[in-house]
Amino acid sequence: MSLIAAEGLSVSYGGQPVLSGVDLAVQPGEIVTVVGPNGSGKSTLLHALIGTVRPAAGRVVRRPGLRIGYVPQRLALDGRMPLTVRRFLSLPERRSAAEIAEVLRRTGVPGTEGRQMTALSGGQFQRVLLARALLARPEILILDEPTQGLDQPGAAAFYRLIEEVRAETGCAVLMVSHDLHVVMSASDRVICLNGHICCEGTPTVVSAAPEYRALFGLGTGGALALYRHEHDHGHDHGHDHAHGHDHGQGHDHAHDRGHDRDHGHAHGHAHGQGWGPGATARRDPAGAEAGR
Amino acid sequence: MLDDFLVRAALAGLATALAAGPLGCFVVWRRMAYFGDATAHASVLGVALALGFALPVFWGTLAAALAMALAVAALAGRGVTMDTALGVLAHSALAFGLVAVAFVPGLRVDLSAYLFGDVLAVSQAELLTLWLGAAAVAGLLAWRWQGLLTATLNEDLALASGVDPGRERLALTVALALVVAVAIKTVGALLIAAMLIVPAAAARPFARTPEAMAVLATAIGAGAVGAGLWASLAFDTPAGPSIVVAAAAAFAASLGAAAVRG
Repeated sequence: MSLIAAEGLSVSYGGQPVLSGVDLAVQPGEIVTVVGPNGSGKSTLLHALIGTVRPAAGRVVRRPGLRIGYVPQRLALDGRMPLTVRRFLSLPERRSAAEIAEVLRRTGVPGTEGRQMTALSGGQFQRVLLARALLARPEILILDEPTQGLDQPGAAAFYRLIEEVRAETGCAVLMVSHDLHVVMSASDRVICLNGHICCEGTPTVVSAAPEYRALFGLGTGGALALYRHEHDHGHDHGHDHAHGHDHGQGHDHAHDRGHDRDHGHAHGHAHGQGWGPGATARRDPAGAEAGR
Repeated sequence: MLDDFLVRAALAGLATALAAGPLGCFVVWRRMAYFGDATAHASVLGVALALGFALPVFWGTLAAALAMALAVAALAGRGVTMDTALGVLAHSALAFGLVAVAFVPGLRVDLSAYLFGDVLAVSQAELLTLWLGAAAVAGLLAWRWQGLLTATLNEDLALASGVDPGRERLALTVALALVVAVAIKTVGALLIAAMLIVPAAAARPFARTPEAMAVLATAIGAGAVGAGLWASLAFDTPAGPSIVVAAAAAFAASLGAAAVRG
């Protein structure tokens, strides 16, 4: 039985459909990554699974008694509430000093118990959030863009940590990410979302799917080119036809090809743009999306 | 001992500080200042209704404050832009209350007792009610403390941990209405929000944990009650506003001390 599943899930905000007919199931121990352009409903999907957003149609099924470790996209701590790391980790369940010391060591931020949460660096903060999620001994970790605000090496290190935790505890991982390049290499399964599930499968399958190309060829061309450049040269042609079929997105195909041929051209720009100021500017609207 | 009006006033003030200190922290953490205002202002309508129907004022204010707090919480839950809605509600509630008071014979005379408090005239029976109300607030907050803090930090985080943020909001809403019913006698409807926010804000720079901030806010509130009552006697000033002035002075001192400490 899957740990958590969405069945025909639809969500609207003020009559505006954000998600429609999403089917998704996470099995024990797998790492599933949801990618998609800004406004594609990635965060909404996670919120619906956790229960903060009510579905307009369909339903969410959790295994009874499922223990969830959740790492939110942002935790707006602006210093109004004084909060040490130790105190934060004891919310809402009280944890012993030994447990806290151990989990902080595991997540790579040992000895920070007495620090104020607001005094942590971005990377430390995310690790403390992960530590808190791990204290619940989760069967599934749900992470909403956990590396937002981290630089590329910091993000890579964070995802390595997630993989290690999965290997040690056997927990499943469901995450939303913008860091296509790093995330996809760490995932068992990638789901490409744009209001509905455009395509899904292993990272190589998804990165070759025309629906994925259509989205990221336009939205995050730099990151895609970077990713494909390093990992994906051999797969382009083999998978196009096999996996482009499932959602009747035929109208996109001609378009996709166009992008594919374009690829060589875009490629040259990609290295310059992918993680430079251009990428940062594109990521910023994600915050606005989440704030809805 | 309870025969002395000053002792009764001090005890009433302490009850207010005990209830308003910890709750005030949540008001600061959750940016509920206007929410407190709206609830407090609605209590004037409760006073008018209670006196009009010859009911105890405590229960009248509690009912009106609870109704307003629940209405505001419901609006907030539906995502209505709160700034304007609360502004409208807060001040219309006050205006409705003041108009309603005009229909109650004889009340117009001592209206200021409800707007600015009348702590020096608190009776033994009222004192008992105030302490019961304050104990109820403190007990409610202590009981739900962990869940309240988690829900205040982040509602998604709370839900994922099995804490229902809606229930915690309801607990705060009820606590707020109770504090209003307690504090209207001490500092009056217009200054209740001050007793919530000012001690908590003064405590913030010196606290490292939420618990420390709540305890410190309560202590600062109690100190302000003492200083305000003393000033009221010494300079013949109104007691409620004097208490708030003392709290504001503590806040200024706290800012200064925090700046010096760096």
